[in-house]
Amino acid sequence: MIWNKEQECMPREELDKLQLSRLKDTVSRVYDSVPAYKSKMDEAGVNPRDINNLADLKYLPFLTKQDFRDNYPFGLLAVPMRDVVRIQSSSGTTGKPTVAGYTQHDIENWAELMARALTGAGATADSIIQITWGYGLFTGGLGGHYGAEKIGAAVLPASGGNTRRQVMLMHDYGTTLLGCTPSYALVMYEEFLKSGLDRSEFKFKSGLFGAEPWSENMRKEIESKWEIDAYDVYGMTELIGPGVASECACKQGLHLAEDHFLAEIIDPDSGAVLPYGERGELVITSLTKQALPLVRYRTRDLTQINRQPCACGRTHARIQKILGRSDDMLIIRGVNVFPSMVESILLQIPGIEPQYQLVVDRVNNLDRLEVQVEVSEQVFSDEVRRLEELEARISRELDSGLGIAVRVRLVEPRTIERSEGKAKRIIDNRKL
Amino acid sequence: MAKQISIFLENKSGRLSHVTRVLGDAEVNIRALSIADTSDFGILRLIVNDPEKAYRILKEKGFTVSQTEVIAVLVPDTPGSLATVLERMAEENLNIEYLYAFLGTKEDDALIIFKVEDIEKAKKAFDKQGIRFLDEKKLYEL
Repeated sequence: MIWNKEQECMPREELDKLQLSRLKDTVSRVYDSVPAYKSKMDEAGVNPRDINNLADLKYLPFLTKQDFRDNYPFGLLAVPMRDVVRIQSSSGTTGKPTVAGYTQHDIENWAELMARALTGAGATADSIIQITWGYGLFTGGLGGHYGAEKIGAAVLPASGGNTRRQVMLMHDYGTTLLGCTPSYALVMYEEFLKSGLDRSEFKFKSGLFGAEPWSENMRKEIESKWEIDAYDVYGMTELIGPGVASECACKQGLHLAEDHFLAEIIDPDSGAVLPYGERGELVITSLTKQALPLVRYRTRDLTQINRQPCACGRTHARIQKILGRSDDMLIIRGVNVFPSMVESILLQIPGIEPQYQLVVDRVNNLDRLEVQVEVSEQVFSDEVRRLEELEARISRELDSGLGIAVRVRLVEPRTIERSEGKAKRIIDNRKL
Repeated sequence: MAKQISIFLENKSGRLSHVTRVLGDAEVNIRALSIADTSDFGILRLIVNDPEKAYRILKEKGFTVSQTEVIAVLVPDTPGSLATVLERMAEENLNIEYLYAFLGTKEDDALIIFKVEDIEKAKKAFDKQGIRFLDEKKLYEL
């Protein structure tokens, strides 16, 4: 099923024309109303009149996460606050959260994008959709919710947590489609097994999963265990939230909503634009966003773009499932974690030296972050109690600073591997 | 009063053998030891014949090590003697952080190493209660 045939199946030439006119509009708008863009473009020696075709995009400077930090919280907004109807923000793992503003029009477009994603995953007005992404500043819950309502489906705004109740809701209310993180779908399966309920009493048919990277193998596992179809959805707070790209029944890549976003793939080191089909970093330019327009935003996500026609009939290009990151960001249970954030939290604890390592594992389908901290003479004590207090304190500070539960382990000095003088900060044992 | 060497060890095989080998190679003799451990790490506490040297060597080898003040208490090697000492310490409201026994001595008495909260208060209380303890020099010579 296709939610919006006119847009999603638009012929290429028409789509190109639409993109160009929207691109010109976006570039002029940011140049005129966002000082940060104007100064970047002036510095690069380009102005909106230089954009005459889609390929001219490459002359414009990139926008990065650092720009969000430099303009925190509202410096990148292109509309006055009176036109903003919603503020969402990402988990603040680099000191400050990344803030996104929405006009009423933006909210409607976001709902449209999620309606497309949910329809691609099999939703109709008859569906009962259980949203298990968290509701709140995180974009998952509300994004899924608005999309499901737009379709006319019945929404169960369950939000996150309380797995036993989630499974009970699924069973009792006849959930047909589940929206959550892929790992949580497996946690719910374990709970379903424990419940002793009969699978035949469930109406569960498909799931839309996102907010963390997941592999084809994980898809197979979810599909065979739950006996459902599992679809991937892509997005991030800066872009709009989930729904920027999503899979169709073919499950051969995620259709990027090209009427709302323009995608490029670049070499993350040189910044050069790569031809379609090559792997590199995804760079997104928004085409319709009013409150927070983005021109050449570096997502740091690694993928490739496929412009071959899809059997489903949609003409929008597909991005491959996200293959990794071009920076050292970790996504743990849907939360973005940068090692630099861990470091700045550790340094606030007296006596702690910045010798640490992050070890990520997936235990029983849930990501677990262990932070190993070297014990310096300054904090060492001959009493177990004192060291346990230290461990608990570090763990408390990290929990509240990162927004996820962290296991802290004290290790001997110099046990953390140092390569070429530079410490190896991350050991990711998840098989993604 | 005596100096105890305290060493941080991860709960990994080979760590204890490593630290004892380092001390052995440096001709440091271990006279008493105890290990306090959790699931992740342990603290090795040692009384050695040359604490300054042990501290220096271990630091050079990259261990997290510290020196801790403890008291070596002489307890008659007869049934009930330790209980009597502990009862007297309780009477004086002395808080014991931990204690462990010394390995064999040439004396008639047993030797117990005490880590107390307040070492000066402990010494006064010991004098008052007639509890005997060894001075640092004598202890290392044992």
